[in-house]
Amino acid sequence: MTAAALTAARAGLVSCETCKLLSRPVHPDHAGHCPRCGAELESRRANSIQYTWALVIAAAICYIPANLLPVMNTTAFGSTEPDTIMGGVVFLYTSGSWPLALIVLIASVMVPLAKLIALGYLLITVQRGVPGGGRERTRLYRMVEFIGRWSMLDVFVDTFTVALVQLQPLMSVAPGPGVLFFAAVVVLTMIAAETFDPRLIWDAGSQGERQRG
Amino acid sequence: MASKVNPDASADPLIACDECDLLQRVPPLPIGAKARCPRCGSTLATRPSDPIDLPLALTVTAAIIFVVANAAPMMGLSAVGRRASTTIIGGAYEMWLQGEPITAAIVAFCAVIAPACYILFMLTVLVAARRPPVPYWVGEVLRWGLHMQPWSMFEVMLLGVLVALIKIAELATVDPGIGMYALGVLVVLFPAIAVTFDPREVWNRVEWAEGEMPSAPPGSETMRAEATR
Repeated sequence: MTAAALTAARAGLVSCETCKLLSRPVHPDHAGHCPRCGAELESRRANSIQYTWALVIAAAICYIPANLLPVMNTTAFGSTEPDTIMGGVVFLYTSGSWPLALIVLIASVMVPLAKLIALGYLLITVQRGVPGGGRERTRLYRMVEFIGRWSMLDVFVDTFTVALVQLQPLMSVAPGPGVLFFAAVVVLTMIAAETFDPRLIWDAGSQGERQRG
Repeated sequence: MASKVNPDASADPLIACDECDLLQRVPPLPIGAKARCPRCGSTLATRPSDPIDLPLALTVTAAIIFVVANAAPMMGLSAVGRRASTTIIGGAYEMWLQGEPITAAIVAFCAVIAPACYILFMLTVLVAARRPPVPYWVGEVLRWGLHMQPWSMFEVMLLGVLVALIKIAELATVDPGIGMYALGVLVVLFPAIAVTFDPREVWNRVEWAEGEMPSAPPGSETMRAEATR
């Protein structure tokens, strides 16, 4: 099946990413614009691997301060207490709402890490031209795309806590520096998932088939 | 329902899969059916029963609820005889005041700007698509609308508000406001718009950027296949 697979690229066609119209580019190096919707045509997203690597590395760097620095500083009755993401999870757990603690733990700590690992794995397998497992890797990519937004959870929690708890001088909550890094991780990994081109997974697969055959 | 590549059905439009670039023909789909790529399993096409009017009705509803969700307080707090409440944009503004302008901008974008643009762009596209000569710029607007979709995070925000409510409930009395219920409605409406809408229907009606369909660049039999509706 994969060996005989006729892709648009192999047939000399380009599929428009916006409106999905197939067209034959005037020049193979210069695909030009889609005749129907006017979007720029690209057989594969340009520099997909380099851009995705850059975004993944940037997100991985931001992930460290996002977890170590406090996301909130709670001032109550004169004393200030910093709150990290993990601190928030522990707080929810000890205050008796363990299902919410689990949701925050998964969305804020595990999902970003899993996304970074998954994108790294996809990039490495594409760069090495690993054939096979295309269906599974495409499914992994789809999952990364789908769950990415859920990491934004803690940013919203912090925003609404800060907005509501402003009862100076008794009690107030101020955002900590961690929240910026955390939001950066989510945005960077979401853009990374958009710049990665899943068709590269299959290109590598069919090249492998060709070399073996 | 999976589609099979049928070499005889040469009249069916030829398309390349978004996720693996496999060339295939999409057979005419019965209402409610889905065509999947036989190689990677990605959804190629869907066939909602009413691809323009139903999403239009849902988008108009969403626009009204969106105004309510932004105008009404999201939640209120009362402690030691003092009361406070916040709206969606009020939350982002407070972040800004507290010295986190970038985070405030990200929150404002995901909570207000992206969904507002999505509603506005979808309304434009759907209203324009109802009158047959659909001008070329409608495609441009649709493209921007589809770009806004992953950044509209109502369901994530709703869960965030709930977690915040439970956290603060330890310190003070909190009560959910009308804004939160409106948000709950939007969480259902946004995916409903996406499911009932079929972008192919708009692309089939839109005027081509480079003149009319018959004057498409020669030497491309596939393009003609796509043009036969």
